[in-house]
Amino acid sequence: MDFDFNDEQRMLKDSVNQLIADRYTFEQRKSYMKDASGFSRDVWNQFAEMGLLGLPFDEKFGGVGYTDGGAVETMIVMEAFGRGLTLEPYLATVVLGGGLIHRGGNDAQREALLPKIADGSLMLAFAHEEAQSRYNLADVATTAKRDADGWLLTGEKNFVVHGNCADKIIVSARIAGDRASRDGIGLFLVDAKAPGVARKSYETQDGQRAAQIRLSGVKVSSNDAIGDPDKALPLIEKVTDTVLAAVAAEAVGAMSAAHEVTLDYLRTRKQFGVAIGSFQVLQHRAVDVLVSLEQARSMAYYATMMANDPDPAERSKAISAATVQIRRSGKFVGQQVVQLHGGIGMTLDYKIGHYFKRLTAMESLLGDTDYHLAALARAGGLIEASA
Amino acid sequence: MDLRFTADEIQFRDEVRGFFRTALPASIRRKMELGQRLSKDDIVTWQRILNAKGWAVPSWPVEWGGTDWGPVKTYIFKEEMQQAPAPDPLSFNVSMVGPVLIAFGSEAQKKHFLPKLANLDIWFCQGFSEPGAGSDLASLRTAAKREGDHYIVNGQKIWTSRAHNADWMFCLVRTSSEGKPQQGISYLLIDVKTPGLTIRPIHTIDGEHHFNEVFFDNVRVPAENIVGEENKGWTYAKYLLGHERVGIARIGAAKHRIQRAKALAADVMIGDTPLSETTRFREKVASIEVELKALEITQMRVVANSVRLPKGAADPTSSILKLKGTELQQATTEILMEVAGANAMIREPDHLWGTATEPSIGPEWTTTTAADYFYMRAASIYGGSNEIQKNVIAKRILEL
Repeated sequence: MDFDFNDEQRMLKDSVNQLIADRYTFEQRKSYMKDASGFSRDVWNQFAEMGLLGLPFDEKFGGVGYTDGGAVETMIVMEAFGRGLTLEPYLATVVLGGGLIHRGGNDAQREALLPKIADGSLMLAFAHEEAQSRYNLADVATTAKRDADGWLLTGEKNFVVHGNCADKIIVSARIAGDRASRDGIGLFLVDAKAPGVARKSYETQDGQRAAQIRLSGVKVSSNDAIGDPDKALPLIEKVTDTVLAAVAAEAVGAMSAAHEVTLDYLRTRKQFGVAIGSFQVLQHRAVDVLVSLEQARSMAYYATMMANDPDPAERSKAISAATVQIRRSGKFVGQQVVQLHGGIGMTLDYKIGHYFKRLTAMESLLGDTDYHLAALARAGGLIEASA
Repeated sequence: MDLRFTADEIQFRDEVRGFFRTALPASIRRKMELGQRLSKDDIVTWQRILNAKGWAVPSWPVEWGGTDWGPVKTYIFKEEMQQAPAPDPLSFNVSMVGPVLIAFGSEAQKKHFLPKLANLDIWFCQGFSEPGAGSDLASLRTAAKREGDHYIVNGQKIWTSRAHNADWMFCLVRTSSEGKPQQGISYLLIDVKTPGLTIRPIHTIDGEHHFNEVFFDNVRVPAENIVGEENKGWTYAKYLLGHERVGIARIGAAKHRIQRAKALAADVMIGDTPLSETTRFREKVASIEVELKALEITQMRVVANSVRLPKGAADPTSSILKLKGTELQQATTEILMEVAGANAMIREPDHLWGTATEPSIGPEWTTTTAADYFYMRAASIYGGSNEIQKNVIAKRILEL
């Protein structure tokens, strides 16, 4: 048992934190949001230079080549991103899109795509959720029909994180089976500019970007199916779990930063002639925030450790358990840091509200609290009944 | 970073688990599993079995019968003990007066008391709280006046757990009214059979007798029974705060209750459906399991970190463990209440004590449920109430 980072991980942490400190002040972030794409190309290129964009990939595909897929390293990076409330499409391109290609693609696809992700020249998005799917990963109504030398995709996808800027979109579509059956789902790589692809980009409440994507008989070549086009669900689940682990770390970063900002405020804001942090009722609230944050941090570690567990049932139970804690802590911390600030917490010009908004956006990412609690409960929970 | 135990730690865990399986007397195990109250004999018997194995006081230095396990193994040991489920060694002896004597006692006190504490030949109780000194402990007034080679003690202590089982008391007494209240307190060891000392029971809401009032009427205590220096008692008592980092969250005990609740809920029918199959119950339990897992890892973080702290230094994070740990202890007794349903309200003290001669009215396991639930409310009050813990965290961690 060991909670320490090794030297290399400590260096990574320092350099990413430095990058966030240099490039992600609140004012800088505001200027990035004004860009048409909603983030900074410049910062993105800097991620590439630092090797962050190839972090989870094998060396031969332009990555760093960590033994366990860089789970701990991803956690370190995502926590720093959470602190900075970064806007770049890291999760969509590297963890999600890159993860699907790295774990599910064939060598030709990996050789063609991963080095481009790593050098910053290719952005990906994963178009999976649909209006009716309500977090159920198996609920896919978009169809893929056999065409002479490939497939024809038809359907509508929503909540496509960073679908606005993706060069290529990985689309899930059903080739067989009922709407929510586990079998019969395939993954297809679609050029964002291909005929028949209509995307409507939008801004999300936390200042990030996403898209709704309509596919009207989009032609895809057989070579652009990822993995077995009949059995993609286990791959989707696996990569989703690594994304949830990464989001857990991001949430912890956002919560920690919000907590620190709040403590500063409690120490400096004066009312009735004293710092408001001297009031017991506010102290106890701040302690409740700390406890909730530390519980979340522990579960982010747990998610990181379990994200690549070879047993899918154990893995998904652990990830759901971690997600329940993260979502609950995120909501509690987000609401309390606003309350502890009073009126200033309500203003758009002050950063605390932006942590709250990002934490809120994360709540419905790949399943909300109730969804994951139900999944954990159905699977029997974490502790076995005594004999 | 690796949250898993090492091969060596797993081997140790299996050894400990094996020992608890074979060495814990069946009658004690049964009482523990049913949540029945343990007699003084049960506790003494078990501690002596542990002591014979050299495991009664693992956190003490090796020269006084302890081990060189370090925090991780000590943590594993305690969790396994709670999950067995086996009784804890008497905490007053093992975690309170023992460590204080080791750190501040005279050689004579150490030689005389430590072996007897480990073997539970002497049972200590704690004389801290007074009617006017609860959370504000430093305002205590029980006075010890020096007369020749004795202290004459007058005053009253309250909430003295198991004083009725005890042979000795470690007691905070006022030896000076000069300066701040904290500066006039001494740490005194008192034989409870000394004339002038009276113990009266306090019955608690679980119908049991855990606590007592203790009255001192000109009790003569040999001056050699003072620990360390006069008027330094507050420092010695504070030494223990946040010192007992390992096992403070009592994850093992909470886990054991969840395991039981899940098993028992399979036999409780709601119409044609076992309670254990209903969504509401499953999600409620899963919710607690999530918090427990988080706290287990938080506990391991504190344990791992304690390797780095100077010996004897307190980690304020342990206040988080106390806070969340007691909440979860309480939540797990609540779940068992829910499983027991109306049966929990049938009061059958014979069954609680394991001395019944007739079968219980409801299922036997439900005879202890309410007592556990009621008594567990004390967990967020004793040892510094949870509100006091929050004050400590606000000051020492958050620096507010």
